[in-house]
Amino acid sequence: MAATQKYPTEPLKLWKKAKELREKYYLDYARAKEKGGIRWGGSAWALDAIPAGLGEDVHSLTGEPYAASVSNEPKFNKQCQDAAEAAGFARDLCAYMRTYWGSIYINKYLFGGEFPKPDFNFQTQICCSHSKWYQHASKVENTPDFYIDVGVGPYKDLDESRLMYVVNQCHESIEWMEKVTGRKYDDELLIKAVKNEMRSTSLWAEICTLNKAVPAPLDEKTMYSLYVLATLSKSSQWCADYYQELRDEVKDRVARGIAAVANERCRVMSDTQPPWAFLKIFRYLEQYGAVSIGSLYTFGLEGIWETKPDGTWGPRTTPMDQGIAITTRDQALRLYCDWNLSKPQWQHFYDPRLKTEMMKTIVREWKVDGVMLHLNRGCEGLSLGIMENRLGIAAAGIPVMTYEGNMGDEREFDMVRTQNRVDSFMETLDLKREFAHA
Amino acid sequence: MYTAGIDMGSRSVKVVLLEELKVDGAPQLKWGVKKTHIMFPEDLDMDVAAEKLFTEALQSAGISRDQVTRVVSTGAGRKQVKFANGDVTEVSAGARGAVFMCPSARTVIDVGAEEGRGVKAAPDGKVVDFAGNEKCAAGAGAFAESMARALQLPLKDFGEASLRSNKTIPMNAQCTVFAESEVVSLIHANTPKEDIAKAVLDAVANRVTAMVRRVGIEEDVVLIGGMVHNPGFVQSLKNALGVEKVLLPELPEYVAALGAALIAADGNA
Repeated sequence: MAATQKYPTEPLKLWKKAKELREKYYLDYARAKEKGGIRWGGSAWALDAIPAGLGEDVHSLTGEPYAASVSNEPKFNKQCQDAAEAAGFARDLCAYMRTYWGSIYINKYLFGGEFPKPDFNFQTQICCSHSKWYQHASKVENTPDFYIDVGVGPYKDLDESRLMYVVNQCHESIEWMEKVTGRKYDDELLIKAVKNEMRSTSLWAEICTLNKAVPAPLDEKTMYSLYVLATLSKSSQWCADYYQELRDEVKDRVARGIAAVANERCRVMSDTQPPWAFLKIFRYLEQYGAVSIGSLYTFGLEGIWETKPDGTWGPRTTPMDQGIAITTRDQALRLYCDWNLSKPQWQHFYDPRLKTEMMKTIVREWKVDGVMLHLNRGCEGLSLGIMENRLGIAAAGIPVMTYEGNMGDEREFDMVRTQNRVDSFMETLDLKREFAHA
Repeated sequence: MYTAGIDMGSRSVKVVLLEELKVDGAPQLKWGVKKTHIMFPEDLDMDVAAEKLFTEALQSAGISRDQVTRVVSTGAGRKQVKFANGDVTEVSAGARGAVFMCPSARTVIDVGAEEGRGVKAAPDGKVVDFAGNEKCAAGAGAFAESMARALQLPLKDFGEASLRSNKTIPMNAQCTVFAESEVVSLIHANTPKEDIAKAVLDAVANRVTAMVRRVGIEEDVVLIGGMVHNPGFVQSLKNALGVEKVLLPELPEYVAALGAALIAADGNA
């Protein structure tokens, strides 16, 4: 029995390009040394506009999206996980971190060849695992490392001294990078990268905002393949330009009423990273006519947001759009730090209630009928406070369900049981599966 | 006219035939026909077992198949029932059946063999919120069974033995495998069996209660599933929940099948 065709749907034209850019990113990193370039490692939350000032041949490898890619290759992932566990690391540690370390231990790169050693690691400290991750990787690979502590409290409480605490570390990091690479730092490249990152992350938020439309032009499974570009290289020109093209295409889909899920009759949102090896759970939802419109994770891991004058949530206005000319290193770093410290996914580290409020905003403005929380055993950072979020959401009268899993370790996900739980949740939303008993 | 609910549990199949609405609007139960569990023979497929039991139930009730207007299946194997008109999860079926049998119940606790769950139910038996144990069996009946085996006590005696104990021995393991080694340690320490039985059932009750707290404990509380037959567990659960009474429906194993039959009568699956 085919699903009811309620809305027109069509493939995303820019889908293929996203895949190509992603692959190019990983190959560029691996081949950087062939042309005398620089490689650096860090998380998707690293302040990646800063190394960009070292030259136009600087390439990064961000750890989480790399490990998420490995998660989609179960055999390779198992080799990595086994290697990390054999080295003495417990399986309840960050799944991405174990996969990344394992890839170093077995000296294999998912995209071919040996694991490409970075020239340095450059990382922010807010997640409980991030700094340990790169500290250990640096130790194993004998790589210099630098950390910027961004844990200065929620953005709503940001003041001059807190901001300068981060900005001053950024200044120090530049001096450190010049020392470890022997290169002279180019402030023009920094300014360009800062602008690119602001464009990328604001545009991504704008794309997510377009998903307020009914029917939703994008579903979350598709969004995972799109937001990932910002997790790879949000300060690059190619990333910002891609999001501009994508924004235009999604806007066009909204104007023409093109749906991601042709039988959309219910809208849900998720939370935290999904179990990457089991994304078909999102396709299972479609049997009920349910579309996952996104999540605070998909929207706010990289997207930068602000509350608009009418009280709604939307993309943060860039300094460039405010007519501010960025001309010096210090000014660029101040604006850049302020921009990053407003990142939605950094706020819950200070108080889960901040996250609950943002989630309630999404429910309200994106017309969400129910919330599916992934109790992600693979990520302490993003699962922190999630049961408090559940209580807050339930108290607001919003239907909510939980399921356990692991973003990067398939041993901790039970597909059948999760589907069963989804079935129960859909029943509470008065939805029937269209593919049930014929 | 009748509807049927079939509960395809992990250990047994249950059928309830429900007589259709009468003029006063109240559904009248015509229990079926089968009031005992049917265990799966190893060589019997789930769908064959369902067909066999359903046929026997009809014969026993003196009803022909075409008098049954709708069949709804539930339970872990619900999708195996090829002749069903629809299926619902154990969560929805359990809540619907439990509130039908105990109309004052607002919290439904279901502890079966494989899974324990807590459900907040509306007055019409609809699920408002639910929580269940995940991959760990420590909140489920299978855990208690396993521990009874470790104590070499028949399951029937296990619960009664615990009632003779007034000791509180914390059992920290959250996993059947590790809990068994705790039980073995207690046995080697010459701890009386009734104290160990109580420790095990307290542990299950505490685990279930922690889960139920996620949805909120609103009285009346009703317990369904196989653990209703374990008086020691019922007492441990009362203690853990901090409530005076826990409602126990008759024929608790049939509650989910009943709920499925009621949902079939509603035409909602």
